[in-house]
Amino acid sequence: MSGLANVQFWAFVGVVAGIYTIFALGLQLQFGFTGLLNFGHVAFMAIGAYTMAILVVKVEWPLWLSALVAIAVSMLFGLIIGLPTVRLRADYLAITTIAFGEIIRFIAVNQQTLTGGPQGTINLTGAGRASSYNREWLDFQAWAQDQLEVILGDHATRDVTMLVLVWIVAIVLIILLQFMVHSPWGRVLRSVREDEDATSALGKNVFSYKLQSLAVGAAIGAIAGLFFAFQFSFFSPQDFDPLTTFFAYVIVLLGGTAKNWGVPVGALIFAFIFAGTRFLDFWPLSEITSADRAFLRLIVVGLILIGLMAFRPQGIFGKKEEMVLE
Amino acid sequence: MNELLQLIANGLVTGSIIAIAAIGLSLVYGILKIVNFAHGEYLVFGAYMALVVNVTWGQSLVLGALFAMVMTALLGIALEFGLWRPIRKRGAGIVSLFIVSIGLALVLRNSILLWQGGAPRRYDVDVFQVYELGPIRLSLSQIVVIIVASVAIVAVGLLLARTTLGKAMRALSDSRDLASVSGIDTDRITAYTWILGSALAGLGGVLQGLVQNAFEPNMGFRLLLLIFAAVILGGVGSAYGALVGGLVLGLMMEVSTWSALPADGVDAVYKPVVAFVVLILVLIFRPQGIFGRARTV
Repeated sequence: MSGLANVQFWAFVGVVAGIYTIFALGLQLQFGFTGLLNFGHVAFMAIGAYTMAILVVKVEWPLWLSALVAIAVSMLFGLIIGLPTVRLRADYLAITTIAFGEIIRFIAVNQQTLTGGPQGTINLTGAGRASSYNREWLDFQAWAQDQLEVILGDHATRDVTMLVLVWIVAIVLIILLQFMVHSPWGRVLRSVREDEDATSALGKNVFSYKLQSLAVGAAIGAIAGLFFAFQFSFFSPQDFDPLTTFFAYVIVLLGGTAKNWGVPVGALIFAFIFAGTRFLDFWPLSEITSADRAFLRLIVVGLILIGLMAFRPQGIFGKKEEMVLE
Repeated sequence: MNELLQLIANGLVTGSIIAIAAIGLSLVYGILKIVNFAHGEYLVFGAYMALVVNVTWGQSLVLGALFAMVMTALLGIALEFGLWRPIRKRGAGIVSLFIVSIGLALVLRNSILLWQGGAPRRYDVDVFQVYELGPIRLSLSQIVVIIVASVAIVAVGLLLARTTLGKAMRALSDSRDLASVSGIDTDRITAYTWILGSALAGLGGVLQGLVQNAFEPNMGFRLLLLIFAAVILGGVGSAYGALVGGLVLGLMMEVSTWSALPADGVDAVYKPVVAFVVLILVLIFRPQGIFGRARTV
């Protein structure tokens, strides 16, 4: 792929940004609004993607039913991991949840008959029907592409269709979450973040609210997992290592904690750094081999995290008072 | 029975490396409230420093290990002055410091990848001679690890128990404010803690690189959660706890695979999962750790 004028390139950046927007929205609710330092968020994405793929392939359930069940299973896992852990102090919660995420990834690597093992969905589905689990999705996407052609004409390629679909879901979720965080329910979440003792003194069940936040965030993480599976029909446990959770933190912190509309902005910046350094090929990028670029990309991500925390912990749009700094 | 003895021996090897790495993490955690996610990368840095001496310059690995300890200590102290202290001065809290350490881990790991590539490397030593000690079979590298680690553990134990510096470190870890009003120069002791913890991390990295034969820059992250588990098992901030926590964790991981256990023991690939489950259970039922005192956690 060549320069910045390439539509396909921007469509790809946009799709990645859309999936990461959805993923990070779940974290925004848990971390930004409720103050839960969840470092195992990627597990919910993995559970969403794997549950859907396994149900379609092994149990031969219809795709849409499998997708709904996958979201429910992810919420259930959110509750299971949350029940014993949300009472813990922030740093302990972080370590426990990252351990939980690693346990899920280990299961995905080692329970080969269930998940396909290290090769992921290539093994899950068996030879010849490698990506068949998303056939119903491809049919739907083709239908959506036909509709889009009426408006966009020739520009309505497969990638552009995916772009539109992902962002419709992302924007619906943002609007939904905006309503939720501005409801009485959302105000309780924020008060939990600011002062747990004061919140329980007001008669609110802090424990229950934290669990609800974790479970709703888990459901949103699973939706991101579904789109991840639809977009990259081959996925493997490697895609769900803890790094992916850190990416979500970069996005939330870039856009600003407790700012739902900051998430897509953070995600776009992130996706541009991420996909841009992978596919753009003009000087000075052309001087660097692709393996080295992968390392440089992560160095940049690391520097962004450090820089944000040092100079602007509230992110681009956040308010300083809303950054959890206990 | 022989199998169990062998597993215990293996557990001591794994456990003593985790223990060495855990001391620094626990002291820094206790003293500065930094959950240092980059600690695994300190190990990797040490492992590669020894690699430069041993392979690139063709010197002995003993020299390499010493060089690794010095260089990792320098890295630790440089980061304290260049990164942690300025950020602390800006009033960053636990969560901010945690996120900074994640950024630092990414920068360090990928810098090492950029420098050395991701291919597995090994030290230029011949340690594959296997010795039979009764029913137990240990490779030379495993024996070296047990001996070096034991010496290091005893030395650190004595340092912490007997010297003024060690007492000051423990006092600071216990309560920064109380230590400060007792006239302890907290900045100076903090610097020494980084030096000690980083040097041990460097040594731990060399030992781990030696015992697992080939290593690459992701080795540190794979060890990190185990090190955290050891720290939490022993009680955050307690150096002795970290030592015991590391050994207990190493033994638990290995012995869990014993075939006499129900269901033939845990499948060996799930050894780290055993550690993660232990970590989660400890945090739920005894968050102050085995040696920690009950207080708000």
